[in-house]
Amino acid sequence: MSHKADFIAGKKDLLNEDTRATIDHWVSKFPPDKKRSALIQALLGAQDQNGGWVSKDMIEAVADYLELPPVWAYEVASFYSMIDQEPVGKHKVNICTNISCWLNGAEDLLAHVEKKLGIKLGETTSDDRITLVVEEECLAGCCGAPMMVVDGHYHENLDTDKIDEILDGLD
Amino acid sequence: MSTQPEKVIEMVSIEIDGQALQVPKNSMIIEATDKAGISIPRFCYHSKLSIAANCRMCLVDIEKSPKPMPACATPVMEGMKVYTQSRRAIDAQHGVMEFLLINHPLDCPICDQGGECELQDLAMGYGRSVSRFSERKRVVQDHDIGSLVQTDLTRCIQCTRCVRFLDEIAGTQELGMLGRGDRSEIGTCLAQGVNSELSGNVIDLCPVGALTNKPFRYSARAWELMARPSMAAHDGVGSNLWYHTRRAQVMRAVPRDCEPANETWLSDRDRYSHFGLNAEDRSLEPMVKVDGRWTKVTWDEGIRVASRALRDGVTEHGGASLGVLMSPSVSTEEYYLAQRLARGLDSPNIDHRLREQDFSDDAARTQPAAFQSPMAAIDEANTILLIGSNIRHEAPILGQRVRKAWRNGAQVAALNPVDWNFHFSLANRLIAAPQYLLKELAALAVAVSAATAKDIPAALAAAVSDAKVGNTHTAMADMLNNGGNKMLILGQAAMAHGQAAWLRQIAEWIATATGANLNMVPFGANTTGAAMAGALPGQGVAGKDVDQGLNARDMLTSAAKTYLLWDVEPGADLANPGVSTAALASAETVVAVSAFASEALKEIADVILPLAPLAESEGLFYTMDGQSFAVEQAVRASGQSKQGWKILRRLGSQLELDGFSQVDLASLREEMLAELGTANYTKADIELTAPTSDGDLYRVGEVAIYSVDALCRRSEYLQQTVLADVAFVGLNPLDAGPRGLVDGSEVKVSQGDGHAMLPVRIFNELPKGAVWVKSAIGVAMTLGDSFGPISVEAA
Repeated sequence: MSHKADFIAGKKDLLNEDTRATIDHWVSKFPPDKKRSALIQALLGAQDQNGGWVSKDMIEAVADYLELPPVWAYEVASFYSMIDQEPVGKHKVNICTNISCWLNGAEDLLAHVEKKLGIKLGETTSDDRITLVVEEECLAGCCGAPMMVVDGHYHENLDTDKIDEILDGLD
Repeated sequence: MSTQPEKVIEMVSIEIDGQALQVPKNSMIIEATDKAGISIPRFCYHSKLSIAANCRMCLVDIEKSPKPMPACATPVMEGMKVYTQSRRAIDAQHGVMEFLLINHPLDCPICDQGGECELQDLAMGYGRSVSRFSERKRVVQDHDIGSLVQTDLTRCIQCTRCVRFLDEIAGTQELGMLGRGDRSEIGTCLAQGVNSELSGNVIDLCPVGALTNKPFRYSARAWELMARPSMAAHDGVGSNLWYHTRRAQVMRAVPRDCEPANETWLSDRDRYSHFGLNAEDRSLEPMVKVDGRWTKVTWDEGIRVASRALRDGVTEHGGASLGVLMSPSVSTEEYYLAQRLARGLDSPNIDHRLREQDFSDDAARTQPAAFQSPMAAIDEANTILLIGSNIRHEAPILGQRVRKAWRNGAQVAALNPVDWNFHFSLANRLIAAPQYLLKELAALAVAVSAATAKDIPAALAAAVSDAKVGNTHTAMADMLNNGGNKMLILGQAAMAHGQAAWLRQIAEWIATATGANLNMVPFGANTTGAAMAGALPGQGVAGKDVDQGLNARDMLTSAAKTYLLWDVEPGADLANPGVSTAALASAETVVAVSAFASEALKEIADVILPLAPLAESEGLFYTMDGQSFAVEQAVRASGQSKQGWKILRRLGSQLELDGFSQVDLASLREEMLAELGTANYTKADIELTAPTSDGDLYRVGEVAIYSVDALCRRSEYLQQTVLADVAFVGLNPLDAGPRGLVDGSEVKVSQGDGHAMLPVRIFNELPKGAVWVKSAIGVAMTLGDSFGPISVEAA
């Protein structure tokens, strides 16, 4: 809390104005001594700035900006699967394979997409366009199963044609 | 101090295994069972840490509860009935144990924790003899976290005690639980080590062999070791510890619970210093210098030569030509006999305050204990002002207590020569180079005077007359003037300061005016005992009047003819190593009684008698707050070295002095305690000369944390730590810039005739005018006063 970790000093300069504004916005929602609560949103902000993933430097930059021990930021970054610590493609495609989607044919859809893109789950296309996010658990869209999330947008009641259309429409 | 109303603790009645108990409301079941002596297995629960409830080993059966509950996280309720041995409780514990063992390797035969492992012990009681788990176990990569703690993270059961310890107690947050679910593992940030001054405690806390003692690793098994009680003698805390010994060798140190001193912790300095016991230059035989060459001699011969040297010096030049300089960390019995020896030889010159340079308030400084309040009272303080104190390094255990107070809501402020990196936040801070420290404290006194409407006494007028009060002074004064338990901690930077007497006097007035306690952090482990036993130049045993002698500094500047050095390394243990070494080199005779015979000591000494350090000797120690600990001998003395009191007794008998006929330590102690029982420490008014300030650059020569005494300096594992990286000159950018110095420039620092070449590091934490060159380190052994003017020039 008060402990100053020398090795992150000054790294907050890596964050741009937008990211800082995002972090400030979330910090203001919590009591002043509970900045730790803003870590998830702060890291997601840093991830947006950094092209969909956070480097070690970005994680430490967030810790420096929030004046928190860097290991706290690491804990959060490594816990949540929606925070990527490796470079990703331009678009993140998360196909749900949890029970409702699975019962509605998600496995076949996934096989189709893997074949179409020529990559497996967790991999990125060679043109760095699409990353197929590793097996995503329930995304709370069961009523529209099978479903997937592309860059934060929900697409429900999928079939192979619909998926092709969506994926082909990505720039 | 305001009297606190006694807290009323509400009790509830519960029943555990049929036993009716009265326990405090809102406490946890495990606290009640621990107190009642009912054993519940646990891994993650620790009474000094927050509750995590993540190992689930302490599941117990509670009446009307639909499932077993963790005893560590279930508060007691009126009428609650708990069963720790019911079928359901035991089944639950068996189930948890099976899960814990799923990923735990079966490598006990090569694990250092084997034989003293909580998991191993509990697996005996709760585990199955054959595992039902035939799948692959996971493997976790280890991290190198420094020279003191070894990691074997595959063995980790994710109890997070280490994470919580570093987060809550040590305050450094260097470890975290990274990842999720079955992938979660203990980790650091990007190859950073664990550099806390209390890091070794994670070894004791770790219930398995994931974190073990790195230097001790693979050197002994728990069942080969004998646990011998002892004490750490590197600061005045008096940390109780066990030395685990095998065949007269100290193998490792672990803490011994002592709530009023070290609680259940041990600083790294206390835990790893014993590795210095086997240093190459350990003095193991009496040695005499004949015609410039060192010859090993028998004890009889050594004693004869030493006593003849002392007697001849005194006969020829008079008693006042003998100076006795004693380490501040030896036993009270040694001080008692040494002052008897010195005074028996008509020398009033005996002192143990080797790192101090201002003694002008001696007459007012007669109380032996430097702490007015018990150390444990720090926990309860509401307001703490640190004056010239890097408390984390001076006494890590006290630093931990200040942090505890701060966590409990205390306001901490500091008036320091460096903006040291504390593990607590400062409500107010004044950072001033040492030459301005007194001015700042004087300004604080004026602000306190205004806040409390109390006049500053005339005796202090010379220092406060031109004080300029700023907003921070006023804020600090208001903080001190507001209610609650208040405490001033005057640290070692103030004690070693050239104007220490003024600082002490003003601090004392501020304490009186605001109703605070004044606590000073002395150098060494037994300054209280030394003062009680009369190892002071103007104060005899138990405060008796004696002839005024020379203090440690004057003994070395007035160039006495004969010196007796008692466990002192002149280059590292004295306030001004440059001047002192020259004085000792030009002395007629130097008799050194020392555990180590360094080349530097051999250079100046004429006789070296081997002294057994604390682990190998026994004696009475008094902590800085006056608690007494009778320390026993943990292992027999190495080589021919002898315990200090035995050496003194033989020297005294050889010199035919009175009072050296004790046959054993018990009779010596009895005699000493009888004399100490009638203590009378009278305090006189003093008049200090008006302070002057000099030099545009002033050295901040705090003692490096792992260089406080000869033993620490020889512990190679402590010297490999990040905290031991001390060979640099710290400068403020404003001082470095005009001199054309940047980070890494090689510079020459000079004090008197001494020089040192060191690389520059630029710190914003340093005020302008301060030059940070730590003392008691190799390169500083020819420099002058640890706190004094210094010059810096580009090399």
